Amino acid sequence: MLLNASGCLDALIAPEVARSFDAFVTKTVTPLPRDGNTPVRIAETDVGMLNSIGLANPGIDRFVTRNLPQLEKLGVPVWVSVGGFETDDYAEICLRLDDHAGVDSIELNVSCPNVDAPVETVTQIVAASRLATRKPLWAKLSPAVPDIAEVARAAQAAGVDGLSLVNTIRGLKLDGTTLRPVLGPGHGGLSGPALKPIALAAVASCYQATAMPIVGMGGVQTGLDALELIAAGARHVALGTVLFADPDAPARVRAELHAAVAERGWNSYDDAYAVAHEEELSVRTTS
Amino acid sequence: MRRERLSVLGNEKVGPYTLLRVGRGGIDPGVPGQFFMLEAPGRLLPRPMSLCLAPPGELAFLIDAIGPGTRALCALEREQELYVLGPLGNGFRLDVERPLLVGGGIGIAPLPYLSESLGGPPAVLGFRSDWHAAAGELVPNAQVCVEPTLVTALIPGGMDVLACGPEPMLEAVRGLAPDAQLAWEAPMACGYGACYGCAVEIDGRVKRLCVEGPVLRAA
Repeated sequence: MLLNASGCLDALIAPEVARSFDAFVTKTVTPLPRDGNTPVRIAETDVGMLNSIGLANPGIDRFVTRNLPQLEKLGVPVWVSVGGFETDDYAEICLRLDDHAGVDSIELNVSCPNVDAPVETVTQIVAASRLATRKPLWAKLSPAVPDIAEVARAAQAAGVDGLSLVNTIRGLKLDGTTLRPVLGPGHGGLSGPALKPIALAAVASCYQATAMPIVGMGGVQTGLDALELIAAGARHVALGTVLFADPDAPARVRAELHAAVAERGWNSYDDAYAVAHEEELSVRTTS
Repeated sequence: MRRERLSVLGNEKVGPYTLLRVGRGGIDPGVPGQFFMLEAPGRLLPRPMSLCLAPPGELAFLIDAIGPGTRALCALEREQELYVLGPLGNGFRLDVERPLLVGGGIGIAPLPYLSESLGGPPAVLGFRSDWHAAAGELVPNAQVCVEPTLVTALIPGGMDVLACGPEPMLEAVRGLAPDAQLAWEAPMACGYGACYGCAVEIDGRVKRLCVEGPVLRAA
């Protein structure tokens, strides 16, 4: 399944792009409306980009009354990304979404680098959210921890159904002339090609630790990038930064992925699932 | 919006700026003040550029090489190709009775196309040097000033102002002409409402320039 990474697409503005995915993931929704962070909010780096949007969103009330009815008409499953600043925030939103048939799954954003971190642990947030909803729950984790597998095991024990790996990592860009931060809030979240090896390592670690379904994301630009995440242990793949440069990326990445699978003599990308963990090379060679 | 790979037709110096001309392909030139995302070779993100001129079969962009992306765009040569996405955003409203175009520096970029669409109305343009002022030649019927004279000194009353330029200029223009249409600028990653990166705070309201602008009413 090919998805967009949360925060990288507005389906109400670009519905045709959203429909080119197998499911649409919303920007993170918080209990109250948020304007987001002070501009400047984005900056390109040599191997990626920094963003500091700051969870701009209409808040759960307007999301449910205004956005969700329109998203339900998209024709693709809707995943809602949920964020907050304490455990009750997550549980409250999960409870509000639980009765909405148009919500396919919930992704718990427990890892945004651009807001103050939730004070409680992933375990508490997941456990409280689990009690609040019967929807499939995915935990979106940060790779900027000493041992992401440990966090993944904690999330699994608390009741998530899958993992979204990875969120961005905090980075800083200075203006070459003034030597001051380019972004308004100072730091931002690093995404793009710089994140790919970090995402691969996180997916591989969490696959080994939990065997849970994983949505792999981070620096995917091509079908081969997607195939590598699947080989590391991702069941699904999400596109983020690449969408900014190329709104046609979903169709292109899908076609490249199919070609890369066919080149290896496989029937589907399921054949590539977790092959990076096999000892013997399973790729056909001509020599 | 449409994304297409277009061929470079030419690359001309205009003072310190570069006029990049590309074949139009199937891309609509849109309304003056709308913009396009131009693939910057070797860079991760495209760069937003308003359309400067729209001769038949062509799109032309006036670019100031100030960073790695704009330098890569200015280095493009004939027959090289780049992806172009657009037209994007909201352009200038053309239903004005007494138009006056006001431009500052590289902000004059959308004015040649705007001037053509309005039948060559008067324009006032400000630049930081005589070298930069060479770009004034692209705008017909223009009065040009160079610092320390500021373009705001050339704006007569009673005109329908359509302006593009640096933020301090736009702030000064809207002080003089509360009904002016102002084209703003912000760093953008996507140009089509996906990234929320181009948000600007104007009069206490946060706006995504790519979908609510880049042209906004002053008041």
